[in-house]
Amino acid sequence: MAGIVQFENVGLRYGTGAETLSDLSFSLAQGSFYFLTGPSGAGKTSLLKMLYLSQRPSRGSIRLFGEDVVQLRRARLPGFRRRIGVVFQDFRLIPHLSAFDNIALPLRIAGVDERDLVTPVREMLAWVGLADRASARPPTLSGGEQQRVAIARAVIGRPEILVADEPTGNVDPEMAARLLHLFDALNTLGTTIVVATHDIHLLSRVASANVMRLDRGQLHDPTGALRHPPGGGEAYA
Amino acid sequence: MLGASQADRRLLPEGRLAGPMPWVIAIMMFLTALAAAAGLAMGDAAHRLGGDLGRQVTVQIVAGDPALRDHETDAVQRVLGREEGVAGFHKLGGDEMQALLRPWLGDAGLDRDLPLPAMIDVDLTAAGRARLDRIAGALTAAAPHARIDDHAAWLAPLVGLIRSLGLLAGGIVTLMVGATAAAVVLAARSALNTHRQTIDVMHMMGSTDVQVARLFQRRLALDALFGAIVGLIGAIIVILGIGRRLGEIGSGLVGSIALPWTAWVALLALPLLAGLLALAVARLTVQRALARTL
Ligand SMILES: Nc1ncnc2c1ncn2[C@@H]1O[C@H](COP(=O)(O)OP(=O)(O)OP(=O)(O)O)[C@@H](O)[C@H]1O
Ligand SMILES: [Mg+2]
Repeated sequence: MAGIVQFENVGLRYGTGAETLSDLSFSLAQGSFYFLTGPSGAGKTSLLKMLYLSQRPSRGSIRLFGEDVVQLRRARLPGFRRRIGVVFQDFRLIPHLSAFDNIALPLRIAGVDERDLVTPVREMLAWVGLADRASARPPTLSGGEQQRVAIARAVIGRPEILVADEPTGNVDPEMAARLLHLFDALNTLGTTIVVATHDIHLLSRVASANVMRLDRGQLHDPTGALRHPPGGGEAYA
Repeated sequence: MLGASQADRRLLPEGRLAGPMPWVIAIMMFLTALAAAAGLAMGDAAHRLGGDLGRQVTVQIVAGDPALRDHETDAVQRVLGREEGVAGFHKLGGDEMQALLRPWLGDAGLDRDLPLPAMIDVDLTAAGRARLDRIAGALTAAAPHARIDDHAAWLAPLVGLIRSLGLLAGGIVTLMVGATAAAVVLAARSALNTHRQTIDVMHMMGSTDVQVARLFQRRLALDALFGAIVGLIGAIIVILGIGRRLGEIGSGLVGSIALPWTAWVALLALPLLAGLLALAVARLTVQRALARTL
């Protein structure tokens, strides 16, 4: 079975310096849960950006959902992006929109009818515990509340891949555990999840998770789940 | 065509998107409308001068001997009566001649015995205008003292001048269209920069360029329309003022400078055209700017 995400000899160079990421080759299995960890500056965000199509690699090939996305025509990008949910490290909520409208944004972009989006958005607000803050604007929300809005927005469109960059960066351990539980629940519904984090305590919280470790631009594979082509077989049973 | 649903509209915060652009467009529309009005009036005047006035000639019979003069005048009238291309003619009577001369000679100078030339106003058809030389030949053959005064000859430089002024006005209008488009481009770029983060987020969620452009083009076009209407109202006030002044002068030539109703329709259509121009330019600008991003 081919992975939902396949990187092959991917390198990324910003400007003319040394490569930030080198020789990344790995394959992510559909429906699995991955942590991406590594020291600050190792290139976690850079890797995720290539994954959610906000950055083209300098070399190598990236396949998403079985298609090469490096050479993709610009007009086809939106179609791919709508299948990927992203929680940005800095949330990137739209400040003048209410929590409701922020969460509804992906549905509206996808052309969902106004009548059909009220119920799912309300359910999502309840799911992240913000049912009573539907009309609040992000600047009036606490950091943890903003983070939950960002997560709700990333998952409302039922993406096939959820990419989360330090989603527990600004919250207390209790909230971090709750959010992880949320991801886990999504994962059981079939979404492939990639979570970048510094926090090694988090890694043990999801029993089924695979760990990818980035160090100085190189990918290490402590659990052996990323071998490309997948070897060992145990991770793909 | 304007796009953007109610919910989409909220994606960009309330208030003006365009900064000073509507006011720049108001000024531009004011000048454009004045230039266009001048151009249209000039074009109309040139057309009418070239048409009605340009088809008139005056035949004078300048003979000192009254008997000879009357004889030649009759001859001229006979020739005019049978020549092709003569729409009509009219011999100026003694009273009309005196009315023409009174401003120069005063009542005292108007002596019945003053040897005045006989004058015949002739209206030509378009065909007659073309064969004026042949008519003139026939007239001088029949009346050696007849002189043909072709109004078109002395109107020609004036018509030429009016035509060039009209063309100049057209050129100014064209330049203004360019400047208006440039103002919209600048406004669209600055709006894009201001809302860069919202656009980035929309893109990452799978917004197409057309969806993003719709947010901007509608607002920018409405802002441009607003500016254009303000500018046009100002221009109309000025045009009506000038029209009243010209009316007070009331002379034949100046009086022939007026705005036909078609020109008013054209003027009123200008803001709409400016709005459509802004819509198209904003859309193009946004899409081209987005095409440079990933
Ligand atoms: N747009 C950019 N232009 C130039 N260099 C960049 C850019 N983005 C990242 N870098 C560099 O690439 C390297 C990796 O950055 P990246 O943000 O991917 O690290 P990270 O692992 O996410 O770090 P952190 O854990 O602190 O978020 C860093 O040295 C950074 O300075
Ligand atoms: Mg990072």
